[in-house]
Amino acid sequence: MSLELTLGACGACALSGVFGFLSARRSPLGQTAAAAVMVIASAAGMVGALAAVIDGTTTTAAVRGVLPDWPFQVRLDPLSGFFLAPIFLLGIVGPVYGLGYWRQADHVRTGRRLGLCYGLLVAGLALVALSADGATFLFAWEIMALSAFFLVATEDHEREARYAGWVYLIAAHVGTLLLFALFAILRAATGSFELRRLAPEEAGLGLQTVIFLLAFAGFGLKAGMMPLHFWLPGAHASAPSHVSAILSAIVLKIGIYGLIRTSMLLPDLSIACGLLVLVSGVASAVFGVAFALGQHDLKRLLAYHSIENIGIILMGLGLAIVGAATRRSEWLVLGLSGCLLHVWNHCLFKALLFLAAGSVVHATHTREIDELGGLAKRMPLTAAMFAIGAAAICGLPPLNGFASEFLVYLGLFHAATDDSAAFSGVALAAPALALVGTLAVACFVKEFGAVFLGAPRAAHAAAAIEAPWSMIAPMALLAALCAAIGLCPLIVFPCLDGVLATWPGFSGPRLAELAPYPSMIALGAALVLAAGVGVLYVHRRSARARRAAVVTWDCGYLLPRATMQYTSSSFAAQLVGLYRWILRPRIQRAPPAGVFPGRSQFASHVPDVVLDGVLSPIWYRFKSRLAVLRVLQHGRVQRYIVYILVALCGLLLSLVPVMDLARKLVGK
Amino acid sequence: MISSINALLVVVLLLNLYLLGTSRIRALIHGAAIQGILLGCMPLLFYERFAPLPIVIALATLVLKGSVIPGMLLKALRDAQIKREVEPLIGLVPTMLLGALGTGASIAFATRLSLAPEHAETLVVPAAFSTVLTGFLLLTSRIKAISQVIGYLILENGIFIFGMLLLEAMPFVVELGVLLDLFVGIFVVSIIIHHISREFASLDTRRLTSLKE
Repeated sequence: MSLELTLGACGACALSGVFGFLSARRSPLGQTAAAAVMVIASAAGMVGALAAVIDGTTTTAAVRGVLPDWPFQVRLDPLSGFFLAPIFLLGIVGPVYGLGYWRQADHVRTGRRLGLCYGLLVAGLALVALSADGATFLFAWEIMALSAFFLVATEDHEREARYAGWVYLIAAHVGTLLLFALFAILRAATGSFELRRLAPEEAGLGLQTVIFLLAFAGFGLKAGMMPLHFWLPGAHASAPSHVSAILSAIVLKIGIYGLIRTSMLLPDLSIACGLLVLVSGVASAVFGVAFALGQHDLKRLLAYHSIENIGIILMGLGLAIVGAATRRSEWLVLGLSGCLLHVWNHCLFKALLFLAAGSVVHATHTREIDELGGLAKRMPLTAAMFAIGAAAICGLPPLNGFASEFLVYLGLFHAATDDSAAFSGVALAAPALALVGTLAVACFVKEFGAVFLGAPRAAHAAAAIEAPWSMIAPMALLAALCAAIGLCPLIVFPCLDGVLATWPGFSGPRLAELAPYPSMIALGAALVLAAGVGVLYVHRRSARARRAAVVTWDCGYLLPRATMQYTSSSFAAQLVGLYRWILRPRIQRAPPAGVFPGRSQFASHVPDVVLDGVLSPIWYRFKSRLAVLRVLQHGRVQRYIVYILVALCGLLLSLVPVMDLARKLVGK
Repeated sequence: MISSINALLVVVLLLNLYLLGTSRIRALIHGAAIQGILLGCMPLLFYERFAPLPIVIALATLVLKGSVIPGMLLKALRDAQIKREVEPLIGLVPTMLLGALGTGASIAFATRLSLAPEHAETLVVPAAFSTVLTGFLLLTSRIKAISQVIGYLILENGIFIFGMLLLEAMPFVVELGVLLDLFVGIFVVSIIIHHISREFASLDTRRLTSLKE
């Protein structure tokens, strides 16, 4: 039943945008209908997915009729159900948010395409999670990758969006190529496309390592782990915000899903693989947050935080793999559940943050943090939602980010007290995680402060008005889920235990025996109580006090101006300076000079070290070397067809046994 | 049965040469339509016994290739107000000679292939090769967008003739594929024609070079 529900939801999502795509350009009907279909279908799919996770059942089926003579093998087990739930959650919140954010009447040219591709993306993602054989997986993977490309390039009249789209497309196809190699090797080893656990005699340790490394690179590219993250910041920043939300919340996670799935297929995962995942997790987390500090684009900053959180997820997964390889079930339980719970949590709070950022962009038409300010007074609901999301992403109790990071911490502490000194080195990841948390707090203080507090720095920020209810309601849903998981992590433990039970050969303790959940709940309750009392106290005092209208930022100046406030770059200057060796900030300054200084200016920018520092220069060098070949690309259709003809004749001639004929002639 | 198939295919081959040799676009369209009608009769000849599937395919082919698509092209021709292929990239006589050479080469080539015995006696394989080649020649030598569409059509006709061999083995998939290809081809190219004539006030595909990066 669950499988039918999820498959039906998948199909309905895929078709949801068709009506809108074919309807009139200015009619709002198509968008509303698509949103209604998406909400109903996704809710049904979510029920099916969660039922499968909690029951711990595995159902398989073959879907016929999509492609002739090629049935899709699908399987719903707890792991796929666990990833399907957030996919369908974004299938609910995204289209509803889009009703206010990307109204068809305002976006006549792009709205219908966006509606169609959003549904296709949700369906593709769901099919990836459901697929039980390699061919179906790749088919679904391509649907996902291509619809995401069209979504990233929604505003293709802008150069920036086109560039981001191309970079994304290249990265996606390189990743797909690696996956082709992965599934080809798996098929060679097992003799079928079915994704099943390899028997130890089917693949040696070397082959298994190759399989794992291919999966690590291919899925890592999709997950956006450092240094394969280069496509991510541009794509997340340029896409419409509900698309950024699904990209960051789900599309990255599908890479994590692939990595977990592949890890479950391999019988003898080595410790080295686990350590590789752990170390790249640490690198992604630390450098992701460091790059986030240097950003001054509202959504680019959030995008770098996605890299950071993928790092935290990978740290959990790495710990779990090391635990599985060394038969330490506590590490496996805590690492894997930390990883999985952070997948859910990051999906919730990052979607929330992107939607809140989207409502800022919607109101002010700019993503530049240094042009905003003072929005908390103009958009109080959005500010509150952003604050909840920011606190959650920083891992502050009592919100959900804390719950999952705490599990990873606990696992690392288990490693610290391990008998074998060699493995207790794993625990060195714990201080890295603490560092990441601290920097994340600094980064979100900067972003929240510069965007929502203080005085508006530009006219469009001063003129901002609160977002409509269709945008607030999805955010409120996400914020409520963040708070629920944070306050009572117990509610998700059955889901985590359900997935853990499917890890091959797992016979460890249940999560509830390892995680001190009563104290977590007590701590959360105490914090909420303290915060409530504090708010009440301040509220009563301010009700009694007289109010005077004064400027927010005075600083002892005679004529304070909004530009004198801390900007995002001045707030982060010290921390960016500490990480100058990796961030390589570009600073242009013309400081005031002389007694009567003229115009002075200052600009700082942190480019992406991989894309702008390494890949772009290599590409341009490559391109100039290959300029000779541009002769072939002359734009004449006729000559292009000649190329095809020549290739065809060449292939046919290769059938003719030229050598035999020549030999015969010579023989005569 | 084989003799009637071969007779049909010989007419198809002659039509190929006629298409390569004519400069009037109206004649080109008429030739393609006649070829389509001939191809529409072929599924009936290939199936010895009575069955609904070849009749459906034959009817669909007759309607599509014999009347609908030529009708669309004639309408496009009226709208565009052109009559002739004035300056082909390769002259008419050279292309005709190339076509004749290609027909000979494909007959020679087909004898080297290891075909099933019931197919070896017919002209199906050489006719298919030759028709595909004709399509390619039209595509590469003609400039007007409508001539290009006809080139695609002839190319598809060649693939259709090949499809006849598989009609018994995997009928439905092949035929669906062929008709779909055709539909898409026409669809795309009519869009191209529409856009070229609107943007450039001409149907000259050489103007497309300005779209080059």
